[in-house]
Amino acid sequence: MSDISFVRTEMLPQKDPPASAVGVVGWMRANLFSGWFNSILTLVALYFVIQLLMGLFHWAWVPTWSAASLPECRDIFEQLGRTGHNAGACWGVIAERWPQLLFGFYPNGTEEGTVDQRWRPILAFVLLAVALAPILYSDRVSGKLIYFSGAYPFIMPWLLWGGTIWTPVAVALGFVVGFVVYKWLLKSTSELIALIVGVVSAVLWWMFAASLLSSGLASIMPLALEPVQSRAFGGFMLSITIGVVAIGLSLPIGIVLALGRQSDLLIVKTLCVCFIEFIRGVPLITLLFVASTLLNIFMPPGTNFDIIMRVFIMVTLFASAYMAEVIRGGLAALPTGQYEGADSLGLNYWQAQRLIIMPQALKISIPGIVSTFIGVFKDTTLVSVIGLFDPLNLTNAIRADADWNGLVWELYGFIAFLFFVFCFGMSRYSMYLERKLQTGHR
Amino acid sequence: MSELALDRQIDRSKMKVSDEVAIQISDMNKWYGSFHVLRDINLTVNQGERIVIAGPSGSGKSTLIRCLNALEEHQAGNILVDGTELSNDLKNIDKIRSEVGMVFQHFNLFPHLTILENCTLAPIWVRKTPKKEAEERAMHFLEKVKIPEQADKYPGQLSGGQQQRVAIARSLCMMPRIMLFDEPTSALDPEMIKEVLDTMIELAEEGMTMLCVTHEMGFARQVANRVIFMDAGQIVEQNEPEEFFNNPQSERTKLFLSQILGH
Repeated sequence: MSDISFVRTEMLPQKDPPASAVGVVGWMRANLFSGWFNSILTLVALYFVIQLLMGLFHWAWVPTWSAASLPECRDIFEQLGRTGHNAGACWGVIAERWPQLLFGFYPNGTEEGTVDQRWRPILAFVLLAVALAPILYSDRVSGKLIYFSGAYPFIMPWLLWGGTIWTPVAVALGFVVGFVVYKWLLKSTSELIALIVGVVSAVLWWMFAASLLSSGLASIMPLALEPVQSRAFGGFMLSITIGVVAIGLSLPIGIVLALGRQSDLLIVKTLCVCFIEFIRGVPLITLLFVASTLLNIFMPPGTNFDIIMRVFIMVTLFASAYMAEVIRGGLAALPTGQYEGADSLGLNYWQAQRLIIMPQALKISIPGIVSTFIGVFKDTTLVSVIGLFDPLNLTNAIRADADWNGLVWELYGFIAFLFFVFCFGMSRYSMYLERKLQTGHR
Repeated sequence: MSELALDRQIDRSKMKVSDEVAIQISDMNKWYGSFHVLRDINLTVNQGERIVIAGPSGSGKSTLIRCLNALEEHQAGNILVDGTELSNDLKNIDKIRSEVGMVFQHFNLFPHLTILENCTLAPIWVRKTPKKEAEERAMHFLEKVKIPEQADKYPGQLSGGQQQRVAIARSLCMMPRIMLFDEPTSALDPEMIKEVLDTMIELAEEGMTMLCVTHEMGFARQVANRVIFMDAGQIVEQNEPEEFFNNPQSERTKLFLSQILGH
């Protein structure tokens, strides 16, 4: 019998790992104290983190919430025996001005003859949460709520800007008209012709019939909210409104642009590439300046194209171009086998895109898509350069008040905190979504 | 050479070749850019035939069967599948694709759908089969490939052999009249090759028209009724398996066989 001969007679059972390799001890050994150098770094870092947090706490934990002005804050600090530049935070400004930071100059009933209208944006954002629920949590919320999500884009502008309810109804009817025409033509002609005629008829409806219908219905049954001018919009309400519109529209437009860029049709492809490259090559501030000043030159005299509407269009176009490239990345990451699998089963182009390609490409692109969303939301602060009162621009207005002249950290800190809450929320949601859509390795 | 270690006799009672023509390829040519990849291909496949296409890599055998459902476009000649001509007409292409099943080397299952959804997707959207009926049929075919218990899992949770059997079931759910296999066992571990070949043999026993690109010469010998040898984009030799393996005519075929059967 030779030495290399070996036969196992019993299989080994599974044993527990050593105690120092698992649990809290194992985690600390692996992540904090894996060697003398790393241990020193851990301790030094801990020292600085604690120093920073203590300093921040010392500054922030002061009873200045009810102060009515900066000198009053200074009196409080003197009583506490605190002196110097970093004596503490003057939170009175936030307590007094936070409604303004949230709603800008939206009518709050302080002016003669006006009523507090701020319930409207509040209701609009509560309803926004309801409308988003079936989209964000499709597995936990009743699917019927999606009809409300479909109606929300018409409810939100009516709540925010006011006016007669028949305007959004007439606009919504335009979609119905387009869809009915499309469905009706589909029986007799090809899909493309039906689509084109459907879109054209909807546009004709909006151009000629919609305003007639809404003014006619308004004179019969006047259901209207107090109109609010766009110039009165401001604060986080403005940021969120622009952010929601840009985010909501840039995703579908981005998908269409990404597909167009991959298309075999030369003209479609060229148009998409030109659009994407042009928008990506121009700073957002330039586009906003164009929206606020230059656009008027090209309009017929006398037309007043709402400033926020112009901002919506520019920010949406800007976000769409980036979105298209993010989605193109997801499309490129899909193996060609997925296209071939779909083709070999006889699915047509749109079925393959909708059922096979897009669900996977969008899933791959979730981190990039959400990064773009977060970027767009933060970029809404740029509207301050064209004179809209976003939160950052409002800080100037607040500091122009003699009571609060000289405050910087409290205001910017509060704004930064609110932005962080929204952006961090989006980021966490994207991670939740990635985990939910995880279906094992490919 | 990997002979099939079959633990049962192959039932040849239903393996009948009819006179009805399933596929007719005449003077077909294809180029990748300026590279002439398929040259003057002429081939007639009758209903019920089991054809194995063999050849060295780069000989155009995969390209040939991928032309049959228009995954690749041919530039000259005609291809008739079930009487329908493959042209640029998208309607014809979609019709042929729904009649011709295809199994790929890398399975190409849809990783974001469950096994059952993979199998019901095309019947529901292409054939407009009611969902319930499509699911019943899918379960029938999953039982046939012996993995009904995996119906609610995702492809990523299955082994390669199981995935390939799902891919076969997915194609069968469209009730195809012809099945194309593009190296179905090349990406599999040796232990899993047999389970996929068993499934393919069962399919052959039921009289399915099959075109297989494969290196499994044991399968070719026992199941095929015709073996086609391709080299440099041309059909070099075709014959019945016994004659093909025992008495190859061309020098190129002899060299190929000696290399793959030599050890």
